[in-house]
Amino acid sequence: MHAHDPSRRAFLQVTAAVGGAFCLELAVPAVARAPSKAQAADVNVWVAIHPDDRVVIRIARSEMGQGSSTGLPMLVAEELECDWANVSIEFASVTESLARNHPWGNMGTGGSRSIRESQDYLRKAGAAARRMLVTAAAGEFGVPVSECGVAKGVITHAPSGRRTTFGKVAAKAAMLDVPNDVELKDPKDWTLIGKANVPRFDLPDKVRGKPVYGIDVALPGMLHASLAQCPVFGGSVKSVDSSVAREMRGVKRIVQLPDAVAVVADNWWRANQALKVLKIEWDDAGNGGASSATILDYLKAGQADANAPTARKEGDVDAAFAQAAKIVEAEYFTPYLNHATMEPQNCTAWFRDEGGTTRLDVWAPTQSGEASAMVAARAGDVPVANVNLTKTQLGGGFGRRGGFQDFVKYAVAIAKTMPGTPIKTLWSREEDMQHDFYRPISLTRMKASLDASGRLTGWHTKIACSSITAWLEPSRVKNGVDMQACGSFVDSPYAVANQQVDFSLRNTHVPVGYWRSVYYSQNPFFRECFVDEMAQAAGQDPYAFRRTLLSGEHGKRNLAILDAVAKAADWGTPAASGLHRGIAVAAAYGSYTAGVVEVAVDAQNRIRISRVVIGVDPGHVVDVDAAKAQIEGAVIFALSAIVYGDITLANGRVNERNFNDYRMLHLRDTPRIDALLVPSGGFWGGMGEPPMACVAPALVNALAAATGKRVRTLPLVKAGYSLATSA
Amino acid sequence: MIELKVNGAVRRVDVEPEMPLLWVLRDELKLTGTKFGCGAGLCGACTVHVDGRAMRSCSVPMSAVRGKSITTIEGLPTRSGLHPVQQAWLDAQVPQCGYCQPGMIMAVAALLAEKPHPTDADIDGTIGNICRCSTYVRVRPAIHAAAKMLIAKA
Repeated sequence: MHAHDPSRRAFLQVTAAVGGAFCLELAVPAVARAPSKAQAADVNVWVAIHPDDRVVIRIARSEMGQGSSTGLPMLVAEELECDWANVSIEFASVTESLARNHPWGNMGTGGSRSIRESQDYLRKAGAAARRMLVTAAAGEFGVPVSECGVAKGVITHAPSGRRTTFGKVAAKAAMLDVPNDVELKDPKDWTLIGKANVPRFDLPDKVRGKPVYGIDVALPGMLHASLAQCPVFGGSVKSVDSSVAREMRGVKRIVQLPDAVAVVADNWWRANQALKVLKIEWDDAGNGGASSATILDYLKAGQADANAPTARKEGDVDAAFAQAAKIVEAEYFTPYLNHATMEPQNCTAWFRDEGGTTRLDVWAPTQSGEASAMVAARAGDVPVANVNLTKTQLGGGFGRRGGFQDFVKYAVAIAKTMPGTPIKTLWSREEDMQHDFYRPISLTRMKASLDASGRLTGWHTKIACSSITAWLEPSRVKNGVDMQACGSFVDSPYAVANQQVDFSLRNTHVPVGYWRSVYYSQNPFFRECFVDEMAQAAGQDPYAFRRTLLSGEHGKRNLAILDAVAKAADWGTPAASGLHRGIAVAAAYGSYTAGVVEVAVDAQNRIRISRVVIGVDPGHVVDVDAAKAQIEGAVIFALSAIVYGDITLANGRVNERNFNDYRMLHLRDTPRIDALLVPSGGFWGGMGEPPMACVAPALVNALAAATGKRVRTLPLVKAGYSLATSA
Repeated sequence: MIELKVNGAVRRVDVEPEMPLLWVLRDELKLTGTKFGCGAGLCGACTVHVDGRAMRSCSVPMSAVRGKSITTIEGLPTRSGLHPVQQAWLDAQVPQCGYCQPGMIMAVAALLAEKPHPTDADIDGTIGNICRCSTYVRVRPAIHAAAKMLIAKA
């Protein structure tokens, strides 16, 4: 499959000859190394089978730790009926995808979509390949297809006792038309999906330090670049004095771009040392006065805007409030957050002249290879057909490496100044911290009415928040409302006769972007903490109060996961002395989730988290262990944000620089985590982001139970709390 | 020229004495298993062994490792292909994105060489590596499992 492009083949030969051990092959993930084309038969675009029965299943989505490079082939293999022990994986080529009109569908990896949005066509691809193999075998046997059986890659014709294997008939099967009327197995007959204990394909290399991440790309004659973007977002370069830097050892070039300056050197440390001594004058584009305080004022102004558009309206909240026995009102805040992928942003680009044609080769750790190729083409001013994009392993994604592709844009712009020379551009951690597309900031007010019996009668929510859609695709913001930013309010499962959700779009000069669960790391926190405030006002147990409000199809699935988690966390029995619990429920990315957190808080506000129970109902679970790992990881990822996460601004620029002032939980801070999978069947939901949703509200509700004080502003350190394990 | 031993082989590199060991390993010797995470000794992704002790190579200048013996993830001594820490990591399916794992594995291997029976407090006090995928839940039992394997093999 990698041999269609003759220029690429020639390129491989050249680099192999010049590069020796450090040739291009090393820049391809080890697991992705293509088997010899001469032997494998492509039964369809997803399945290639060797004569010796080895099965190669192709992966279109990026592997960034979530494990779907194992879960996705399980979906194919379930229907293919091959021997799983013979399966290996190969990443589909981004360049081929663009050249061949996307034969592998969407390669983008985000929004917890890899499994749920691929499962149908992957299972069908497996079933189609199986039917083609059986048809080919039946043809060889000279018997009807219906008389042939298949198991573990062996096709048998019971009446005659004849048998053959996938490998033996693959070449013939590959010549048949791909059927499009295949039937899929009943889930009760699955043997792999949600059943097998499958070792992940990516881990043997990962424990050996072998995978090639973007930062590890090595090419013959490659140079290294470090860059400094205008510290004030939106600003530009006025002037650069590089007289000292250009004389430093190893420095090859100083590159001035409209809004950034880079140093290219023979070693990244040298490039970065030289970058530090550049004297750069910046034009801050009038944003130099912005600070966390001015941005908060802007959010408050959004809250005060009586004309903010409405995203949802049922009944009449004002009438409900007028007749209320009790009114509950609160304002919550969540800050900007950095992604802090462990692998800082980077990308390698190489402009080559090939007989007068400019070719651009790019290696990127990307969640969206096709977007990378298109951004490279634009930044390099070459046709996209001349771009060869290699997707590397990703040292974390979390949304940082998806839609914006700034790493590709800058790396290509820098490499364009030195055609013929491959250049790897790598962000320092400080640059990565101060130039992100941050998780939106939000100030959200809620007001609710209870009647004399404590029943919820009206609920008004007003969200003043940054909009990612307005950054990426402004045309999708209709009537001033970003529906995505209203998630978990516009689709709230709680039955309330009078409901209204208003939205005030509050974009500043600070870029915002998708961040693991994005708005579902904020809105469920607001909503579920506020539900506890209502329950308290109604004098009811928070779990019981929620139960009375959850009805209907959507509500019932919320209720089922809430019940499962409450049971697992022993909600019905009092916590041990000194321990306090909080509870929450949410739906996100097609899945349902609930959580209970148990804490003790001492007189110095030091929190000891004794237990976190997070349950997820994603409909179907594919790779059970990887799904549990997603819950475990999401809990800590969420806790780092809840306890510490805070990107602040002064003089138009981000204050935080590294892990000393943008802190993370450590091993010592890790509580007991019970990852509960409760697949109820009948639908396919996401797994990477949903388990984030209930961590903040369950924890903050537990804190309120422990202290009697309600925290409404994150992170917790700002409210005077700390973790006992790191105090 | 600065001479040092890397994974058992003598290497001579012509670099500034203040260049951190990390960049010599990665950009000069092309040993990219050791990762760059923060450049300030805060995250541990760059952890290697210097004369057997775990050190954060982004903050160790070359002048400090003249004549020393460096071990990176590529040179972690193994029997049958995997060090017990790596085997325990595989058994528990610890890694997710895997980026921080070489540093974490090197830190744990050094801890176990020094303390074959680490307590949870030893682990908490020593393993301060940041893992953004947050594999910590599986790391602690994997450390104890690796300790058992090492003792069984000794």
